[in-house]
Amino acid sequence: MAETDEHEARLEIRFSGSGGQGILLAAAIVAEAATALGKHVVQTQSYGPAARGGASKAEAIIADEEIDYPEVDTPDVSLCLSQEAYEKYAADTRPGGLLVYDSGLVEPDDNLRGRNLRGIPFTQAAAEHLKKTVVANIVAVGALVEITGMVPAEAAEAAVVSRVPERFRDLNVEAFRLGRRLAAEA
Amino acid sequence: MPASPILMQGNEAVAEGAIAAGARFFAGYPITPSTEIAETLSRRMPEVGGSFLQMEDEIASIAAVCGASLAGQKAFTATSGPGFSLMQEMIGFAEMAQIPCVIVDVMRGGPSTGLPTEPSQGDVMQARWGTHGEHSVIALVPSSVYECYTLTVAAFNLAEQYRTPVIVLSDALIGHMREAVTLPEPGSLRIAERGIPDCEPGEYDTVMSDLDNILPRPPLGSAFRVHVTGLVYNRRTDAPETGDPEVAGDLGRYLREKIYHHRDAIARVEEYEMKDAEVAIFAYGSVARSAKAVVKWARARDVPVGLVRPITLWPFPTLAVDRMAEQVRTVIVPEMNLKQMSWEVQAAVSGRAKVVDFGRVDGKLITPTQIEELVRAEFYYHDWSKS
Repeated sequence: MAETDEHEARLEIRFSGSGGQGILLAAAIVAEAATALGKHVVQTQSYGPAARGGASKAEAIIADEEIDYPEVDTPDVSLCLSQEAYEKYAADTRPGGLLVYDSGLVEPDDNLRGRNLRGIPFTQAAAEHLKKTVVANIVAVGALVEITGMVPAEAAEAAVVSRVPERFRDLNVEAFRLGRRLAAEA
Repeated sequence: MPASPILMQGNEAVAEGAIAAGARFFAGYPITPSTEIAETLSRRMPEVGGSFLQMEDEIASIAAVCGASLAGQKAFTATSGPGFSLMQEMIGFAEMAQIPCVIVDVMRGGPSTGLPTEPSQGDVMQARWGTHGEHSVIALVPSSVYECYTLTVAAFNLAEQYRTPVIVLSDALIGHMREAVTLPEPGSLRIAERGIPDCEPGEYDTVMSDLDNILPRPPLGSAFRVHVTGLVYNRRTDAPETGDPEVAGDLGRYLREKIYHHRDAIARVEEYEMKDAEVAIFAYGSVARSAKAVVKWARARDVPVGLVRPITLWPFPTLAVDRMAEQVRTVIVPEMNLKQMSWEVQAAVSGRAKVVDFGRVDGKLITPTQIEELVRAEFYYHDWSKS
């Protein structure tokens, strides 16, 4: 399909990792931030019958026009938070697209020429700075937003606030900001 | 002030649509990929003064829904394929006893446990013929989060208007998908209320519904004396009467005609770029989204392809299909099952156009590329290299 020539104003993002890493939440945050901007937004997910483990993915499409086909086959931006997810999904990234991975958990291979690779140790940074690896997904969202500008950082941070339980709000906002700093520094 | 867009999941939209339609009773047994409907309602029903019941299984769930509806509540349940199968007997009871209610089936791959987290359209014929015996049914198929909301409202209205179970056929993709939506203002929705018959309670067994005047059933416990039975009954008294073929035949035909007589009023279809179409894609639910992308792709290349999207799958939209059959030379029917609706389209088209089917049962959405190949084959003489 000739998606590329007709959907210029369509950004496709895939978030992947293993079940339990908060992949779906990461996608929902980006989708909610784009919704607040008045964009057309679709967010989908794919996982197996098990709640934990296994490669899982969630996707968001942000567009200026109506989104018909809701699936993402060749993402413009990919995030991989586990080796298994990297091996399963990284190669789908559109040539010329951006591939961001957790450099503490993923050993990248050399077969992805033509994509812009960017490794950031999200989980390790979350452990060091926040003492919680569970917010590595939000660190990654912060980094993605900083690198791509896919949604304004303020809108994304507002979506973090609205999507996480109140008692974990501060932790998640800190995680989001940490991700932005890591992306800006490197 | 116009509402601002929000990010909402299809299953959440079903739950909110039901509440907007006035549903105040939900009984269900959670099952992927419908669970978020129950989850949302477990929170929302108490907030709006309604009841949320988690039952021991799906049979009990639909039974509780029938009971609540007979007592006067707008009631519904939500499930997926395996639970939908279990509910069929009681759906038949609701057909027979003419109990308004809504059943949401978020379709997943089957049969049996199948592909619990993946979408399918394998239940479209189960929706039509899942319960035994001659009966009619209304089934609606949303293809967006917005429609999960609006069609759930429509389902309750149709259930009340025609005193019948109405099925909403969502799927794992639409149910789990989140979209930016601006929901209609609650005040802008048409909501059908139950009402009571326009007669004295003592005269109730002298009045009888006809096809153009379907009387509401008074709630159990009111001054009206009401019979409810799964047996064949006399339509005037509602009392069981199995010994008279005339009575049985009258009821049997009435239950079918109650829907069929009104099918053109009930059937809703989206016709997109059909004006000069030579080839039509007949697609519903999530697959219709891929089909629409293909129509846009084809139109950008001056290839006359259109989309006929049934929003009402049952009763089958014969009027729109007739129009299509008279106009196009080929109808492409992509669906996430193997020919279930394609047979129906073929029967309705009745030789007036070629019907090309394409099925997928691997739990993945049919892609635009797959439909494009079928379109290219129909326009083999088009110079595709130019576009």
